[in-house]
Amino acid sequence: MAEVLVYVDHVDGAVRKPTLELLTLARRIGEPVAVHLGANADAAAKVLGEHGAVKVLAADAPEFTEYLVAPKVDALQAAYDAVSPAAVLLPSSAEGKEIAARLAVRIGSGIITDAVDLEAGDEGPVATQSVFAASFTTKSRITKGTPVITVKPNSAAPEDAPAAGTVEQLAVTVADSSKGTKIVSRTPRESTGRPELTEAAIVVSGGRGVNGAENFPVIEALADSLGAAVGASRAAVDAGWYPHTNQVGQTGKSVSPQLYIAAGISGAIQHRAGMQTSKTIVAINKDAEAPIFDLVDYGVVGDLFDVVPALTEEVKSRKG
Amino acid sequence: MSLRIVVCVKYVPDATGDRHFAEDLTVDRDDVDGLLSELDEYAVEQALQIKEAADDAEITVLTVGPEDASDALRKALSMGADKGVHVEDDDLHGTDALGTSLVLAKAIEHTGYDLVVCGMASTDGTMGVLPALLAERLGVPQVTQLSEVSVEGGPNGTVKGRRDGDTASEQLEASLPAVISVTDQSGEARYPSFKGIMAAKKKPVEELDLEDLEIEADEVGLEGAWTKVDEAAERPARTAGTVVKDEGEGAKQLAEFLAGQKFI
Ligand SMILES: Cc1cc2nc3c(=O)[nH]c(=O)nc-3n(C[C@H](O)[C@H](O)[C@H](O)COP(=O)(O)OP(=O)(O)OC[C@H]3O[C@@H](n4cnc5c(N)ncnc54)[C@H](O)[C@@H]3O)c2cc1C
Ligand SMILES: Nc1ncnc2c1ncn2[C@@H]1O[C@H](COP(=O)(O)O)[C@@H](O)[C@H]1O
Repeated sequence: MAEVLVYVDHVDGAVRKPTLELLTLARRIGEPVAVHLGANADAAAKVLGEHGAVKVLAADAPEFTEYLVAPKVDALQAAYDAVSPAAVLLPSSAEGKEIAARLAVRIGSGIITDAVDLEAGDEGPVATQSVFAASFTTKSRITKGTPVITVKPNSAAPEDAPAAGTVEQLAVTVADSSKGTKIVSRTPRESTGRPELTEAAIVVSGGRGVNGAENFPVIEALADSLGAAVGASRAAVDAGWYPHTNQVGQTGKSVSPQLYIAAGISGAIQHRAGMQTSKTIVAINKDAEAPIFDLVDYGVVGDLFDVVPALTEEVKSRKG
Repeated sequence: MSLRIVVCVKYVPDATGDRHFAEDLTVDRDDVDGLLSELDEYAVEQALQIKEAADDAEITVLTVGPEDASDALRKALSMGADKGVHVEDDDLHGTDALGTSLVLAKAIEHTGYDLVVCGMASTDGTMGVLPALLAERLGVPQVTQLSEVSVEGGPNGTVKGRRDGDTASEQLEASLPAVISVTDQSGEARYPSFKGIMAAKKKPVEELDLEDLEIEADEVGLEGAWTKVDEAAERPARTAGTVVKDEGEGAKQLAEFLAGQKFI
């Protein structure tokens, strides 16, 4: 059976959920072979094996953290040369897309980014994409070379599929030309203890209607009662009320949770681009004419400062 | 020596208009009003600020696109860029990201450069891969997704910037020549002044076609594309849900709905 390379996104060996989703999708096309760059490959291999990775190609080199992107391309290319896979899958993060792009040029292949689904087809994998702010759905293929495809988070459910997950060392030589961009310093993001925005089953977002950083705890309290992640519109981010990492939309994160709650958000096209594919959409807005109401499964026309705290109390009392 | 900055700008269908596909499943660029991709305005802005901070610099704005793409160049010129380069050729219709990066790379080499500045993503394709593709093709460092950027030391100097990622914020540094991309967090783009708009009309725009860049027709276009769209379907509009007015019971009603959907 053809092998499919899966690029592993992890933090110190803790595999992030989108990679497990990639393994599910990879199994539709062939046998997943994971590529783990950096420390703690053994810890990662256990989880990767449980989700279908027959093999884990591992390499660690200081260059992966000292220079931007290019050394990882050298490593993925080494894995590609070792395996001759039927496809290469990566998570659709900023870095995942950049690695994919450069690998595609090097191996002479086409590239598809931001797939939301993947199936095997007669002429290679067929990728589903959601385009023009999620108003169109397309199906595409790569027609030259080995398909290189990046997939958005929440595109498939991770499945248990026990496989060997045998770790093999991958020999990597980082080219001098890949050491062009130095990472001079790195400040890790502090964890909020809440679920990752792109991975969460429920997202509660606040917009300009929240009217100040000091009011965002109202949104956070509802999120915490539901075990949800917190999002924000660009208007709220630009005003400095909430960090940019939490922005939902075209230039922020694109989310596709089971439930999306928008409070004090009008529903501009660029915001919709990042949340329109959510399964259930709920909005709270005091303007009955706000375009967000065109999208909702349930909407409340009202003041968020009345509705949101009361809803938080309802949720808490119902959950007991 | 003058610092040669090339800014890549794309002409895109207006996101607030009715964007759709043409019959051959390429993005319809004829029936929909177009404009300079808003995310590329940030690239023009940062290029202008880099020029203002440098002893001597010149900004060329470059676009690959249909005839109307000259509007995007004019807008960038009216913001303050010095000259334009427009690559236009009938054989470019349907070119994908890999093909576009080939054309842009050749045009950038033709123009001469120390620093290439891109937007974080185009607002139509939203791939965000062109800057990395360009760095790979040109064989120069990629310093991308910057929310802050500065250049020191002229054409042989260094570019520094801050990249805010998912798990960390990184300070990056590379020697020129380099390709950079900037995000919409890098700072508001200026509006063209009346004087700027008048001056832009007289600024030179060089027109290039595939032959000028020594690119064969079959390396680009729909036929040369490395990817193929087989189907494009409009997403069914979401069916209108229930909207209630809060008269004291809004939260309760909403909680009922969420409980019915098993969220609580
Ligand atoms: C290139 C580009 C990229 C962009 N990318 C993004 C992006 O990634 N994400 C994004 O979100 N936007 C993005 N935008 C901006 C987008 O166009 C909108 O400006 C933005 O989404 C508006 O945010 P908002 O809905 O919070 O604010 P507004 O549009 O001002 O809406 C605020 C809403 O809150 C309601 N409200 C006010 N007070 C209350 C209250 N007390 N109770 C209840 N409701 C209240 C109002 O009725 C109003 O509907 C982008 C724009 C451009 C040009
Ligand atoms: N046709 C084009 N002409 C000029 N620049 C482009 C073109 N397409 C993309 N770019 C540049 O590449 C960036 C990223 O585009 P993309 O990878 O298509 O999302 C854009 O912000 C532009 O700076």
